[in-house]
Amino acid sequence: MKTINRVIGVSGNMVSVEFTGEVAMNEVCYIVTGGKKLKSEVIRVKGNVADVQVFEITKGIGVGDEVEFTGELLSVQLGPGLLGQVFDGLQNPLPQLAARCGFFLERGIYPSPLDESRQWDFTPSVNQGSKVEAGMPIGSVKEGIFNHLIMVPFYLDGTLTVKSIAGAGLYRLRDIIAEVEDEKGNLHQLTMVFSWPVKRPVKCYAERLKPSEPLITKVRIIDTFFPVAKGGTYCIPGPFGAGKTVLQQITSRNAEVDIVIVAACGERAGEVVETLKEFPELIDPKTGRSLMERTIIICNTSSMPVAAREASVYTAVTMAEYYRQMGLHVLLLADSTSRWAQAMREMSGRLEEIPGEEAFPAYLESIIAAFYERAGLVRLKNGALGSVTIGGTVSPAGGNFEEPVTQATLKVVGAFHGLSRQRSDARKYPAIHPLESWSKYPGIIDASKAEYGRSILFKGDEVDQMMKVVGEEGTSLEDYVIYLKAEFLDAVYLQQNSFDPVDSAVEPERQRYVYDFIMEVLTAELKFGSKEEARGWFNQMRQGFLDYNGKPWMSDDFKEQEQAIRRLLAEKVTASAGAGTQVSCKESAKLAENL
Amino acid sequence: MRKIYSKIESISGNVITVTATGVRYKELAVVETKYGPSLAEVIRLRHDEVALQVFNGSRGISTGDEVRFLGHPMMVSFSDNLLGRIFDGSGRPRDGGPELTDSLIEIGGPSVNPAQRIIPRRMVRTGIPMIDLFNTLVESQKLPIFSVSGEPYNELLARIALQAEVDLIILGGMGLKYDDYLFFKESLEQGGVLSRTIFFVHTASDPVVECLMVPDIALAVAEGFATRGKRVLVLLTDMTNFADAMKEIAITMEQVPSNRGYPGDLYSQLAARYEKAVDFEQAGSITILGVTTMPGDDVTHPVPDNTGYITEGQFYLRNGRIEPFGSLSRLKQLVNGKTRPDHRALMDGMIKLYASYKESLEKKAMGFKMSDWDEKLLAYGELFEREMMDLSVNIPLEAALDKGWEILAKCFEPAETGLRSDLVSQYWPTKV
Ligand SMILES: Nc1ncnc2c1ncn2[C@@H]1O[C@H](COP(=O)(O)OP(=O)(O)OP(=O)(O)O)[C@@H](O)[C@H]1O
Ligand SMILES: [Mg+2]
Repeated sequence: MKTINRVIGVSGNMVSVEFTGEVAMNEVCYIVTGGKKLKSEVIRVKGNVADVQVFEITKGIGVGDEVEFTGELLSVQLGPGLLGQVFDGLQNPLPQLAARCGFFLERGIYPSPLDESRQWDFTPSVNQGSKVEAGMPIGSVKEGIFNHLIMVPFYLDGTLTVKSIAGAGLYRLRDIIAEVEDEKGNLHQLTMVFSWPVKRPVKCYAERLKPSEPLITKVRIIDTFFPVAKGGTYCIPGPFGAGKTVLQQITSRNAEVDIVIVAACGERAGEVVETLKEFPELIDPKTGRSLMERTIIICNTSSMPVAAREASVYTAVTMAEYYRQMGLHVLLLADSTSRWAQAMREMSGRLEEIPGEEAFPAYLESIIAAFYERAGLVRLKNGALGSVTIGGTVSPAGGNFEEPVTQATLKVVGAFHGLSRQRSDARKYPAIHPLESWSKYPGIIDASKAEYGRSILFKGDEVDQMMKVVGEEGTSLEDYVIYLKAEFLDAVYLQQNSFDPVDSAVEPERQRYVYDFIMEVLTAELKFGSKEEARGWFNQMRQGFLDYNGKPWMSDDFKEQEQAIRRLLAEKVTASAGAGTQVSCKESAKLAENL
Repeated sequence: MRKIYSKIESISGNVITVTATGVRYKELAVVETKYGPSLAEVIRLRHDEVALQVFNGSRGISTGDEVRFLGHPMMVSFSDNLLGRIFDGSGRPRDGGPELTDSLIEIGGPSVNPAQRIIPRRMVRTGIPMIDLFNTLVESQKLPIFSVSGEPYNELLARIALQAEVDLIILGGMGLKYDDYLFFKESLEQGGVLSRTIFFVHTASDPVVECLMVPDIALAVAEGFATRGKRVLVLLTDMTNFADAMKEIAITMEQVPSNRGYPGDLYSQLAARYEKAVDFEQAGSITILGVTTMPGDDVTHPVPDNTGYITEGQFYLRNGRIEPFGSLSRLKQLVNGKTRPDHRALMDGMIKLYASYKESLEKKAMGFKMSDWDEKLLAYGELFEREMMDLSVNIPLEAALDKGWEILAKCFEPAETGLRSDLVSQYWPTKV
């Protein structure tokens, strides 16, 4: 049955279409205009009018233009060859677009996201007669450093019986490699690629587990004080320029996970370019291969069409779920979720929905919650563990966290790394606020020790506030030393130089070691004659540790520097909870209480 | 032959509606009014109801005026003939020269494919230590000057433009005061660069819709030159006027405002313009320096706020100086690692100390006793402001770095600076 569907209105990137026949919510359609077909998605249906958001510039569309509905939801292609690629929010490969169109993006061109001519070396892992289910492997190919599992498509129901399976050998993506029969006796031909609607979570696992293992970022303040867990969620809200993107860039390089998916959502193109050009050159010390081999970039920057921006975070998380299904640990970094929320706001406005706070749609909260829900640590049906961790930046209007997107996000995430304008202005990077941030996950350092450090920070801040009222002369030497200890901890441990080859990424082993050393200073009873003397000594101490932080782990320089610091420390220590020895957990817990 | 419509159904704000068919979104039309023709752009289609935004404003438009659709969107002429010329916001000559209609190009075109961009790598030298040393400007950067009205932002813009080594300067003026327009003309003339400058100027007395066209026209022309290998500097002043023009249209169109009356797509709209800044592989570049005046000196106002989230930093102009706090060049690290080994450390170290100076100053204002350390900071802060921040200082980066060490040595012991020992031993001036 041929139905004729036509454009009846255009407003911004929203087009109204009069249709006959059936139309599904989130169905993909194409608007035919000027010899091009523009990809769009149905976002509202009323009577025989569908409102669709167009993933392209809408210039030139006219009333009466024909519209073709596809009957399919907005989906991505899942198969080997995703790693190392750079896609836009709809999974169009940007380098291939560039090869075809040059400097500028051209609308209506959708190259295949995966290389269909490439041959993959397939090894089957099931036999004829094997019973399988959706998301279970039937074989594998080598994708760079990974064993890429070829899985039963996620959309097949029930237990399936393998009727035939290809032998080991070279196959193209769309070659048929297996036939399976479902419970109703229907035969399904399987290739190495299948598609999955981006807005539907993948749930082909045995169970979801509580995230408990730390995800190492090698950023001290995070791993030690505000840890992230594999399968957990966290957010980085902060005013502009506070360092959200830099923090995510560092994390994307250094995080100890298998795969990193970077979703540049409505932010600057230039920032993606840095990742794009640098990653292929950077060697991952763990694997000895280029970082790009473990990375996928989804890039829908701020000047690209806003509807595709809305889709981009879903495209990214769907790919993350796909790799999790292979028993891998995936980190998804989304920058910025506020731009995604704004994309929803723009559409909601065009749909003339009743607006909520700051004109965001009323359903904002539930959509944000549903997105972060797609993170998780799962046990797969074969017993292996896999995880998707989601870290999203938030760009609150006016830098004020009391706004809908930040608040909705804070309700659902497991860790909060709030960036502070004051700290970034003072060039204290990473500008994560050490008093306001929190994490519900266990970290790499004994909780009581970390708590002790934080208690010093809190106390130091109190003294600082007090000093602002009573002045330095009105502050006791004892309090003043606490203040100096807090400043010291901040300067040499919380702050980290991301551009220093050594300091930029600190292994957990070194973090534990150095933190114990710092605890010695923090817990030491120091004898000073005056505040001047105390400040002078702490300045030297800070200097000593800053130099120490720049020395390669356990190098001679490192050890020498440590001895120099120890000599300095010995000068002022009268009695200490443990000069020269390690502070035990019990002791430090007690100290924390006393403070 | 395109049809002519002679019945305007509604007139509201700068928006008119007519009943018409065969019209395309963003198509251009001419409205023939008693006061002469005006261009208008289609901004919404609903069945056969077409809403147009009229460039000259709707004042004096009558329901009987004729509307003629042109069959194409807004275009601008692009060729070397533009050089040295001055146009208004619709691209009409402002300098009495001939109208240009050759080789028309579309404005507001698609964005550059991110895969085609390269990492910016060339520093733009300005001779201003607060920029060169602390917030280095980089070719292809997009960077606004945040300022309250009354500050010498246009002077700063002109000064940077004259000092920067670029092939071409394009000035996009929005709501520009006539005096400021003349100021730009004069200073670029005196600087001997008028022949490689193009002006697109909307002045405060011109119709507001024309203001909306200025960035798109200026940037379309810039793109034309940049793809042909030219290094283009685009000056946009004042983007707050541009945003206000957008707000006006949005309100007329009864869009739900998101924040203080501004439309929900303010971010996307501003980004679409600023993101035109680019460095092409094997072609030229576009650097954008804008001005964003902050109503009420409030940086959280939606226009500076959204701008800050889009641009690659900002220069914060206050009391005639570029403030170290709030000012930021996000691309600086792409170039300041290659200047001199002490550049980065000095940049961070001096700012940290200046922050401490501010704290001491605050304590002093509250009447607290100043410690020795406070006294040192106070001396440092004064020196820093006089010898680094003052806009009259005009020295190359290397001299500014030397001066930095000199200031530090005058005020502190090396360990008090927080600078790493290896740098101190290399650069700390021997006692004078
Ligand atoms: N860890 C860091 N070390 C050194 N400099 C940093 C660090 N983090 C941020 N910066 C500086 O601050 C600038 C802004 O950082 P970034 O781009 O990450 O901010 P942002 O919070 O993402 O801002 P926006 O919301 O506007 O995107 C950087 O270009 C850099 O100069
Ligand atoms: Mg950012």
